[in-house]
Amino acid sequence: MTSTPSVVQNSGQVLPAGHEPANLGDILERVLDRGIVIAGDIRVSLLDIELLTLKLRLVIASVDTARQIGIDWWEHDPWLSSRARPPVEPGPRDPEEVEAERRPRVAARARRRDVGREEWDEIDG
Amino acid sequence: MRSTVEPPTDAGDTGRWLHGVLREADLGLLSGLPGMTGEPVRPVRAAGLVAVVSAVPLTEYGEEALHRNLEDLAWLERVARAHHRVVDALARAGAVVPARLATVHHDDGRVAASLTERRAELAALLDRLTGRGEWGVKGYVVPGAVPQAEETAGPGGAGAAYLRRRRAQLTAREDVQRNAAAAAAAVHEALSRHAVAARRHAPQDRRLSGAPTAMALNGAYLVDATAAAGFAGLVETLGARHPELRLELTGPWPPYSFVAERPAEPARVREPAW
Repeated sequence: MTSTPSVVQNSGQVLPAGHEPANLGDILERVLDRGIVIAGDIRVSLLDIELLTLKLRLVIASVDTARQIGIDWWEHDPWLSSRARPPVEPGPRDPEEVEAERRPRVAARARRRDVGREEWDEIDG
Repeated sequence: MRSTVEPPTDAGDTGRWLHGVLREADLGLLSGLPGMTGEPVRPVRAAGLVAVVSAVPLTEYGEEALHRNLEDLAWLERVARAHHRVVDALARAGAVVPARLATVHHDDGRVAASLTERRAELAALLDRLTGRGEWGVKGYVVPGAVPQAEETAGPGGAGAAYLRRRRAQLTAREDVQRNAAAAAAAVHEALSRHAVAARRHAPQDRRLSGAPTAMALNGAYLVDATAAAGFAGLVETLGARHPELRLELTGPWPPYSFVAERPAEPARVREPAW
């Protein structure tokens, strides 16, 4: 046991109300994939948006990253679990290449089901 | 990509962007709160509930325009921040059920109809959220905890030595990753015990998190307001106990992670299978 303290940041509690959280990713993650879904009159399938395709690409990249560190709980999620490929070797992969390999299957899966609520990442700015 | 209702009965060129649903009693901060276009947001009342909406021009927020604009990251950022700002302000005044981005109705009547239709579910959610906030805890892998393997002399010359060295490096990296994953599970479990509900989201990609190392934990925790200080203290304690993870606490957030309908399972964590 070392005594090295981990960094703890608190971006909300110690700052005045109305503080803008700096991390756009944190906001996008929440407003795009969480929050209640109420059927409005304007129907925009977020999955039809190219930006969201990019998001799916990053989910895949992040899945690979996470699997390298032994996190595989989404394998039980129907949206992500039907993958036929064996786990990739640890090590950096070109996201474009990953996406090119998997896009057809992801797109097909995405069409079958609404966007996964938890299992995603968002692009950076 | 289709509208399913008749043309709106009022102001045909504006829609109602839904920010969230709350109870009348929690409406305190509303007056003057700027919405999507800078104009103040408005309440729409029905079924004993209040929907907070922004009037938005359909030239920008209509179906076709949304489809186009959502492709534009700058637009998306502005809209996401504007929506979040309203939801956040509402959450500071009381319980709110945040609406997902881009929930747009044609007019107040249609918003009211949605409230009426989902009344029981919304009221139950508000009961559950009252007096509670969402906290985010992310854990980043801290490399370097594992000592470099000693290079031992062995048969086979330089090539074999290189392979041994390479293998030792890979083993060390796997150890770091395994340790981080185990720590993430332990931290999440400990935090879950201090929360009303907990969700474990997929780790953010590094391009999103901006962090130099991989994220092993991306947790959301619904915590009683009275227990928030204790929760923050626990994060600090856990961070000290697990130097293989760098913990980051954010919040309180509006309860975005605890309103998604998942009827088959409670908001409790699905334990990872390790």
